[in-house]
Amino acid sequence: MIWLNVIVSGVLLGGFYALFACGLSLMFGVMKIINLAHGDMAVVAGYTAVFLVPKFHLPEVWSFLVVVPIFALLGYVVQRTLLQKSIDRDPFTTLLVTFGLSVVIENLLLEIYTANAQSINIGSLIAKSWQVNNTIYVSYLSLTVLIVSVVVLAALQLFLSKTSTGRQIRAVSDDREAAQLCGTNYRHIFGVASSLAFATVALAGIAFGMYTSLSPTAGGVNLLFAFETVVIGGIGSLWGTLIGGILLGIAQQFGAHFNEQYTVLAGNVLFLLVLAIRPQGLFGKKVVMS
Amino acid sequence: MSDSAATSPSRHLLDVANLTIHHGQLLAVDDISFRLEAGEVLAIIGANGAGKSTLLRTIAGLHTQTSGTITHDGDEISKLRTFRRVRRGISLVPEGRRLFPSLTLEENLQVGAQKAAEGPFNIAAVYDLFAWMRERRRQKVGQLSGGEQQAVAIARALVANPTILMIDEVSLGLAPIVIERIYEFLPSIVAQGISVLLVEQDVSQALAVATRVHCLLEGKTSLTGTPDQLSADAIESAYFGTIHSAATPEASA
Amino acid sequence: MSVDDLTPVDQSITVKRHQIPVAYTLAGAIVLVVFFTWAPWILPASDVSILMNFFILVIMATMWNLLAGYAGMVSIGQQAFIGLGAYATLYFAIKGMDPFVAIPLAVIICAVIAFPVTYLLFRLRGGYFSVATWVVADSAMLVIGSIAFFGGGTGHYLPGLSSIAFTQLNHDTYLAAWFVALIVVVATYILLRSRLGLVLSSVRDNEVAARSSGAKVTSTRRTIFIVAAAGCGAAGAVLAISQPFIQLGNEFNLQWAAEMLFASMIGGLGTIEGPILGCIIYFVLQQTLQNYGAWYLIIFGALAVGVAIWQPRGIWGFIRDKFHFELLPVGYRVQGAGVIDTMSRGTLDWRPWRRARETPTDETEST
Repeated sequence: MIWLNVIVSGVLLGGFYALFACGLSLMFGVMKIINLAHGDMAVVAGYTAVFLVPKFHLPEVWSFLVVVPIFALLGYVVQRTLLQKSIDRDPFTTLLVTFGLSVVIENLLLEIYTANAQSINIGSLIAKSWQVNNTIYVSYLSLTVLIVSVVVLAALQLFLSKTSTGRQIRAVSDDREAAQLCGTNYRHIFGVASSLAFATVALAGIAFGMYTSLSPTAGGVNLLFAFETVVIGGIGSLWGTLIGGILLGIAQQFGAHFNEQYTVLAGNVLFLLVLAIRPQGLFGKKVVMS
Repeated sequence: MSDSAATSPSRHLLDVANLTIHHGQLLAVDDISFRLEAGEVLAIIGANGAGKSTLLRTIAGLHTQTSGTITHDGDEISKLRTFRRVRRGISLVPEGRRLFPSLTLEENLQVGAQKAAEGPFNIAAVYDLFAWMRERRRQKVGQLSGGEQQAVAIARALVANPTILMIDEVSLGLAPIVIERIYEFLPSIVAQGISVLLVEQDVSQALAVATRVHCLLEGKTSLTGTPDQLSADAIESAYFGTIHSAATPEASA
Repeated sequence: MSVDDLTPVDQSITVKRHQIPVAYTLAGAIVLVVFFTWAPWILPASDVSILMNFFILVIMATMWNLLAGYAGMVSIGQQAFIGLGAYATLYFAIKGMDPFVAIPLAVIICAVIAFPVTYLLFRLRGGYFSVATWVVADSAMLVIGSIAFFGGGTGHYLPGLSSIAFTQLNHDTYLAAWFVALIVVVATYILLRSRLGLVLSSVRDNEVAARSSGAKVTSTRRTIFIVAAAGCGAAGAVLAISQPFIQLGNEFNLQWAAEMLFASMIGGLGTIEGPILGCIIYFVLQQTLQNYGAWYLIIFGALAVGVAIWQPRGIWGFIRDKFHFELLPVGYRVQGAGVIDTMSRGTLDWRPWRRARETPTDETEST
């Protein structure tokens, strides 16, 4: 029963990680860049929910209605300006630029909002849970986040496979130059992909702020978990991302079962093991790595 | 764009004037000028490294010229981005086919048709032209043979209804019988009012389909004319450079 | 075979390394060495400790530049080795050793740990490599943090320093930082002018060609990674002595990675002088804005982003382009009538990772 508990809480956590990771995965798949400020974007989204949304007289539970559209727009703008400029130089520059952004964002948050922890107030929902049996409790919030992330992944998958823009996104990620020769403005497609990535990371950031508390430096850990999720699941596979998140969640809960200190370490160990044994990830194609 | 059209003296379909192109520091194309008129099939021939592919890529906007201008239908397009040129009706079938491997055959065509102009070609018309494509439209393009992939690459450019179709090295890596089959479709494409700019290493094939031939040697024009004007000897020397025996230092650097 | 053995066929062309006479560079170097060695006796204590921190950053930035600027490996996990260096020093000190004597041992330990780590990390390229270095750093921190011997999350005093008088300790720590920085810079310079430097420049020109002509690219990268780990270990050891309360979150702080990256970036990657210049800029900013919290870091980071986009060769690169001037040249310049300065331009333009973008698009000349 104890192990079942570990698995259930791991799966629930995994849904959250997958939500975090799908934006990272999308941006790498389409633009071949790793946004090192990905985790910080989530934190900024959380802070926006805490500090901006109350001004709209909206309950914080519904903050995503405001934050997600803002971030979708922000994603497009950041891509078309800063990120496109660095992509035009080389992949190396995008790493430096996004790392720089990450440090700047963290310290800006620190200066403006201090190091105090913030959390998104969702009222009594936080305490409600569903009792499966004597030992297993499933909190409504975790379950909602898991469902949201599955829905988001399914919607993304559907969007990519069925719509004209989705087709163009896949075409651009296959061969940017050939897509241009088909009349596709790849810069715009990059913007769209980035907009989707930012929208999902905003959702993840809000979920994070509801779960626990946000602090300016939380972005780094978030990026690590998202990255581990992507690598474990395999690059370029959205469902792989979900499985990767779930495996990471289970590994962490497994570690936590022995000692709270081993939570993150157990996840890192799983990540390093996957790296050593199957660097393309569980569901990834080998070609992507080179 | 339209402002420059008023001042532009030429109103040819495509007017390439004094084009010079570098690859890094290497001179790839050296001061080339030519025109493509409506209904023509212009074949650009030349040996390896003569600058043919670079020329087509520059016209498509994938590469930036060092100097010179490209004018399409009276408007200078030298500074337009690739997708804008494509939407004007200049399509390139790139060397190596460059299909989207994770997309199905039909999806490849759909991407090509995304910003299509009005015209005779659409996906259904292409399926009528190549019946096998309709049957295999749900397959990933990686499962197709080289010749089939080449046909899809051409079809993907056709569904955009270009006015100028540029084809780079159709025959590369294909069996002669397959090449012939692909060339069989060329007249029907031209009959729909599409002008063709062809880069080809296979001279006999190029001479068979072209209305005009332009030979490049080390980035320079070495010969130009209609196929029946040109003798085999003239072509041979223009192709292999027996006329200008010494290579210019810049080009060979 | 060294490049010096090569005789150009055309005698009007010369292959040159030095641009300003060796004597001047050497004289300048001697003056600097004497000044900085003397500094603790002539400068006020507060300046000495600023200089000490400056030299610790110089060590880190030089090592990061070697990794990223010369070998194309963007690590954001070098704090792993800073932390490990610090904790290795702590270990030996607890065992009764003089912390200063422990510095070389800490260096060796970091190098030894780095070796197996490369086998894991080198499976990844580009951004994946970067984040994986971070995972390694994070894991190292968590492992060290779970060892009660080191005080876990609360930290541990570095023993063995209490017998030394405060001023004396200050001097000694400064000298340790300064000498390690000197050794690291000189060693990097020598390393880059060695055969290994030649392999690195052949890789940056064309990795495929370098590999196929027998250059041991992977083992060269491995050597560089280990050297950089050792250097950061030394920085960590000196840092431990300078603090001297050793805390997990401090030694393994991601901020080290940020500082070394920004400093080399702003100063100019792929040159010896650039990162040092970047460290100077960093300290000027930090001292000027010391009453304004983290703003110095925000400005420094924003500056680095701007430099990465608009002036990718950094400030030193800009100076060098403008005035054709180098203090510590490691590349070669081909000079002569009619010769475009390809070599130096190659060096300046160099970005080993750039090919990733160009292939396959720009290689499509008909074959």
